[in-house]
Amino acid sequence: MRRRPVLLLLGLLLAGPALAADRAPSGYRPLPGGRFASVVPADDKAAPAVLRPFRLRAEPVTNAEFLAFVRRHPEWRRDRAPSVFADARYLSQWAAPDRLGPTARPRQPVTQVSWFAAQAYCESEHARLPTWYEWEYAAAADGTRADARGDPAWRERVLSWYSRPSSDALPPVGGAPDVHGVRDLNGLVWEWVEDFNAMMTSADSREQDGADKLRFCGAGAITMEQKENYATLMRIAMLSSLKATDTTANLGFRCARPD
Amino acid sequence: MSRMVSTVLAAASMLALAACSGKPAADAALSATAAPAPLPATVDFGPPQGAPVHAVLTSPPNVPPPIHRNYPAKVIVELEVIEKEMPISEGVTYTYWTFGGTVPGSFIRVRQGDTVEFHLKNNPGNKMPHNIDLHGVTGPGGGAASSFTAPGHESQFTFKALNQGVYVYHCATAPVGMHIANGMYGLILVEPPEGMPKVDHEYYVMQGDFYTTGKYREKGHQPFDMDKAIDEKPTYVLFNGHEGALTGDKALTARVGETVRLFVGNGGPNLVSSFHVIGEIFDTVRQEGGTVEQHNVQTTLIPSGGAAMVEFRTQVPGSYVLVDHSIFRAFNKGAMAILKVSGPEDKSIYSGKEVDSVYLGDRAGPNLHAVSTAAKANAAGTLSKDDQVAAGRQLFTGTCSVCHQANGEGLPGVFPPLAKSSLIAQLIKEDRNRLIGIPVHGLTGKVTVNGTEYDSVMPPMTQLTDDEVANLLTYVLNSWGNPGGQVTKDEVAKVRAQPAPAAATEH
Repeated sequence: MRRRPVLLLLGLLLAGPALAADRAPSGYRPLPGGRFASVVPADDKAAPAVLRPFRLRAEPVTNAEFLAFVRRHPEWRRDRAPSVFADARYLSQWAAPDRLGPTARPRQPVTQVSWFAAQAYCESEHARLPTWYEWEYAAAADGTRADARGDPAWRERVLSWYSRPSSDALPPVGGAPDVHGVRDLNGLVWEWVEDFNAMMTSADSREQDGADKLRFCGAGAITMEQKENYATLMRIAMLSSLKATDTTANLGFRCARPD
Repeated sequence: MSRMVSTVLAAASMLALAACSGKPAADAALSATAAPAPLPATVDFGPPQGAPVHAVLTSPPNVPPPIHRNYPAKVIVELEVIEKEMPISEGVTYTYWTFGGTVPGSFIRVRQGDTVEFHLKNNPGNKMPHNIDLHGVTGPGGGAASSFTAPGHESQFTFKALNQGVYVYHCATAPVGMHIANGMYGLILVEPPEGMPKVDHEYYVMQGDFYTTGKYREKGHQPFDMDKAIDEKPTYVLFNGHEGALTGDKALTARVGETVRLFVGNGGPNLVSSFHVIGEIFDTVRQEGGTVEQHNVQTTLIPSGGAAMVEFRTQVPGSYVLVDHSIFRAFNKGAMAILKVSGPEDKSIYSGKEVDSVYLGDRAGPNLHAVSTAAKANAAGTLSKDDQVAAGRQLFTGTCSVCHQANGEGLPGVFPPLAKSSLIAQLIKEDRNRLIGIPVHGLTGKVTVNGTEYDSVMPPMTQLTDDEVANLLTYVLNSWGNPGGQVTKDEVAKVRAQPAPAAATEH
């Protein structure tokens, strides 16, 4: 929450050159939105989230795409990005600041990117990071349904990714499309969301202990009535452990735009 | 008399106040004669002295050496979280989340009064965020609130070890149960200022329950099963994280006449342990890791998220089996470890007639190499009859010999013989599927073997996989004068797929 002013400032700094120089975005799919039962109730009790129609990038941003962005915006090279915007591991899997090399294949999702870098990339596509509600709503889909979360098979697919160690190389993007035509929301990488650092704190200041409760009693403290929430709550736990400068080997992103 | 009572009450309330304010109890102006026994609790030994000390961390079953320090120090602990795939049983792998690369995590040893500067590192290759809640910490979340750490990052917090005892630590990141079930627990010992009484051996043993989608010993990589965990129905209950972690050539060791201290923790996430060592009586137990000593204990209860210290002097050589005496967990889910005691016999204490073959099962001997060899050969399509017989022999020791005896003779009138069995000879010729169905579906009712009638119940051996049943049957067919032959995994799979037959009819 305290980072909001910083974000606005950053937006002002970056929006100008980014919008002027970049190509028109492509590969976005329309999602209808509507009322959605999130594991994080909108009012901290049971209210569903209400989503406007939006467009979501069909695939996570790849190494090749992010390399092209860095070449157009050298201020986001790993040797030039200020440390207040990206930690020391930013893009460290690449062979050089402007070259992928053998350890980062072009079609792999880009990882080791900070929230700031991800947001800057999305602005270059005239887009932004999705909100948590948008991301969670999209990720609830499977190949035939917009909300497949009640199906144990959906939950198993999410959990099975958690139960695999990440010692193997990341697979390339391009998994099976879901009912919206969006791919790889589950089972490939964690993804940044725009409001990752606001979702864990209550809007109600009387519940000021909420954040602590989540940290040591687990995010399970908020709403654990449905078992299928478990799979999603692990993602919330992951996101809530992050600062906007952080990068990790399994954390990538995709972008969203208003419809 | 009433005056006396009020003095005691006043003393007690002052003591309580002293404890609440965190002042050393000795500072309170108590009448020594009227005071109740002083609370053993929280004493602040003051600020750390001397140069900072780096804590020695050890992997299970080892325990760091005693501290031998007579002042409180600043102790630096560096612990790394590592997510990695390791075998949970022969031919079965599981993705563990670990403190220090082992399950249980590294053993930490500090002195009461030490100021502990804790560094929790989350390996950059990890997927998950993690934190640590140490039950030896006084403060919100036991450190968890201050140690929530994303992959590739490090958190630091500092606490003073106010209370002595042995304490569990564990990860408390959502979903907490899953992080614990994947192996994220360990022990921290806070020694009293005067140290612990000297013993010959200290060992670190920790129980945990595991939940896999496949059943017990089902081969291959097994993911975590959330439904089984919520239902509290574990697939494995294990000491030190892996079946066979403390058996065979990895057994704990001691010599006759030595003193042994076990720090026994229980990480859970669900089960309470009835910890017992077969053939030993604990001379001393500090139940729940506290300061009160209990003596002459057979089985001690260790709660999930709790620990105990047990001590005994070895008297008789042999293999002593550590079990959770909720005994199906020991023989059907893996909760077994071995302490091998070597040295001269003392026939005045124990005559020496061994019952180990019954109790120890297959886990007493070397680990099941032949079984995993056969499993690999099976996967590669090169499984030979000899492989099957070798694997079957090892499986037989653990699973079948308890009733049918190691020599296949059975017990007359109770358990039918498998040696030179008329029933086996008949079925292998006339009804192979029924023979295969005996271990798969069990056998209840009257059968006649070698002229003797048996009317008993053999439960289905559902813990055995198809290839294990095939290997067992092939071993039996080629042993003790039986007619020979071979049973394949596919045959067993077919029989398993069919419904169990009704109770057996007479032959």
